[in-house]
Amino acid sequence: MFKKFIYSKKVAPYVFVLPFILSFAIFWVYPMCSTIRMSFFDIKPAGDIFVGLGNYRKLAKDPVFRIAVGNSVRYMLWTLVLLIPFPMLFAVLMDSNLVKAKGVWKAILYTPALTSVVISGTLFRLMFSEYDTGQMNQILHFFGFESYKWLKNGHTGMFALLLLCCWRWTGVNMLYFLSGLKSIDKELYEAASIDGATGWQKFHYITRPLLKPTTIYVLTISIYAGLAMFLESFMLWAGNASPHNIGLTIVGYLYRRGIEKNQMGYASAVGLVLLIIALIINFIQLFASGTFKKEKD
Amino acid sequence: MDATMPMTNQKAKKVGGTKTVILSVISTAFFVLLCALVVFPVLAGLLASFRPGRELIRKGLALDLNVKTMSLTNYAYILSGNEDSIKYFTWFKNSLILTVVTVLLTLFFCYLIAYGLAMYDFKGKNVLFFIVIATMMVPFEILMLPLYQEIIGMGLIDTTAGVVLPGICSASTIFFFRQYMISLPKELMEAGRIDGASEYGICFKIMLPITKPAFASMAILCSMGSWNNMLWPMLVYRSADKFTLPIGLNTLLTPYGNNYDVLIAGSMFSLIPVFIVFIAFQRYFVDGMTVGAVKG
Repeated sequence: MFKKFIYSKKVAPYVFVLPFILSFAIFWVYPMCSTIRMSFFDIKPAGDIFVGLGNYRKLAKDPVFRIAVGNSVRYMLWTLVLLIPFPMLFAVLMDSNLVKAKGVWKAILYTPALTSVVISGTLFRLMFSEYDTGQMNQILHFFGFESYKWLKNGHTGMFALLLLCCWRWTGVNMLYFLSGLKSIDKELYEAASIDGATGWQKFHYITRPLLKPTTIYVLTISIYAGLAMFLESFMLWAGNASPHNIGLTIVGYLYRRGIEKNQMGYASAVGLVLLIIALIINFIQLFASGTFKKEKD
Repeated sequence: MDATMPMTNQKAKKVGGTKTVILSVISTAFFVLLCALVVFPVLAGLLASFRPGRELIRKGLALDLNVKTMSLTNYAYILSGNEDSIKYFTWFKNSLILTVVTVLLTLFFCYLIAYGLAMYDFKGKNVLFFIVIATMMVPFEILMLPLYQEIIGMGLIDTTAGVVLPGICSASTIFFFRQYMISLPKELMEAGRIDGASEYGICFKIMLPITKPAFASMAILCSMGSWNNMLWPMLVYRSADKFTLPIGLNTLLTPYGNNYDVLIAGSMFSLIPVFIVFIAFQRYFVDGMTVGAVKG
C-alpha cells in the first residue's frame, strides 16, 4: 500500500524535491530565523538577554562598522567599473575574426579562477610586499621611485584587492559575455553593415542592448560577491587584522565579532544589515534595468 | 605567436587586405599581452617555488631565471616523508576525500530535485522554483554564523558531514540541471511508463543517461568549488589532522614567521590536479558556468 503510494505519478515529484525542502528548512530557514532572533539579543553563555534594537543602535554608532561598510561598498563599486565594461569589450574583440588562436587565450585567461584564494592571495601579498623584492616595488624602482608600503595605506591596499579581483575574474566575466554574444543573431550585423553602420554603432545599437541579460547577470553576481568579499582581504593581510582596518570588509567584521569575539548577537545584526544593503542595491539595479517587467521563466 | 602568422596571411586574401592583417596582429598581440599579465603571478610563484628558503626570502617573487640559485629542495622537502610532508599530504588527501564526497552527494541530490522540478507538474512547483532562485539571492556569509552554531548543536562540528551537508542541495546546481532538463523530450517518460517502468526507474534508467553532459559540467564546477573552498571548512574543521589544503596552507602563515618555502611549493603542487582536470575537461567548464548568464 505504502509502496504504491510512493510510486504513484502524483507523489513521485514530491519525493524528488523532498531533499530540497528538508535542506531548505534545516540549513536555510532555521539559521535565517535564528540569526534574526539573535540580532535582538545579547548572546551570553549564561543565557540570552533581550536587548531589542540595541545591537542595531550600537551598530549605527560603531565607527569600525562604518569603515567596513565603506570598504565593502567601495570595493563592490570598483569591481563593477572594472569587471563589466572591460571584459565585455575583450569578449567583443575575442568574438571578432581578428584574433587568432582564440582557444589558447580563453583558456589562459580563465586559469586564475582555478586557483584558491589562499594561493592567489599569497602570491599577491608577496607581489605587494613592502620589501624591495616585491614586484610592485620593483616597478616603482624602474621608474625611479622608492619602495612603498602598499598594504599599509588605504588606497594602495584597495588597489591590491582590486587587482587581485580583476586578475581572478576578468577571464571568467569575459567568458560570460562571450556566451552571451553567441546567442546574438549574426544577420543583425550584416543588415547593419548594409545600412552602413560603423563598428562602434554596431556595438552600441546591437551588441550592448542584446547583451543586457548577460550584463544583468554579471552585475547581480558582482554586487553580491563584492559586498560579501572577505577571504581576499583575509589572505592579503594574512589574517583579519589590517592596519587601521584598511582591509576590513563587512563579512570580515561579522567574522571578527562572531567568531573571534564570540558576540553572536552583534555579529548577526552585522550580517542582516549586509543582507539588507545587498537586497536594496540589487532591487534598485533590477528595477532600473527593467528586469521585473519581463515574465519570469 | 609566430605559429599564427600563416593563418593571418590566408585570411588576408579574403577581406580587406593589409589593413585587416594589421588589425588582426594588433588584436592578437593584445590578448598575448593580457595573457602574459595573467600568467605572471603564477609563473613568478612557480619560479619562487624552486628557491630554497633563504633565497626565497631574499628574492621573494622576483622573476629571476638564474638556474644556479634554483633547486628542487622545497619539493624534495614536501615529498620527503618528514613531519611537514606527512602533514601536507594529509591535507591533500582530506581535500580529495572532501571533494569526492561533496561532488557525489551534491550531484545526486541536485539531479533528483531538478528532475522533479523540470519533468513534472505538481502543486507548489513554481513556489519551490522561486525559493531555489531566492536562496541564491542571499550570500552564504550571512548564514555562516547561525549555521555554525547549528552544526555545533547537531554534534557535527569537526566532521565531514558538517562541512558537506549544508551545501548538498546547492541552488545553483539545481538551477543548472533544471535548465538543462527542461528541454529534454518528455515523451521519453511516457514511453517508459507504457513499457511499465516506475517513475524512479524512468528517472534513473531513461533520463539520467541523457543528462550526462550536464553531470560532467556540474561535476567539474562543483569539484573546483570544493577543492578551493576555505571559509566554511575552516569554521567546521577543528583538528589539524582534518584540515584541507586551503586551511592547511593558511596555517603556514603564523605571527611567528612564515613558512614561505613550504607554502609556495605546496601551493604550486596543489595546482597540479586542478590544471590536469582543466586541460582535460575545458569544454565543460564553460558550459557549466555560463548557463545562468544566457538564460538570464
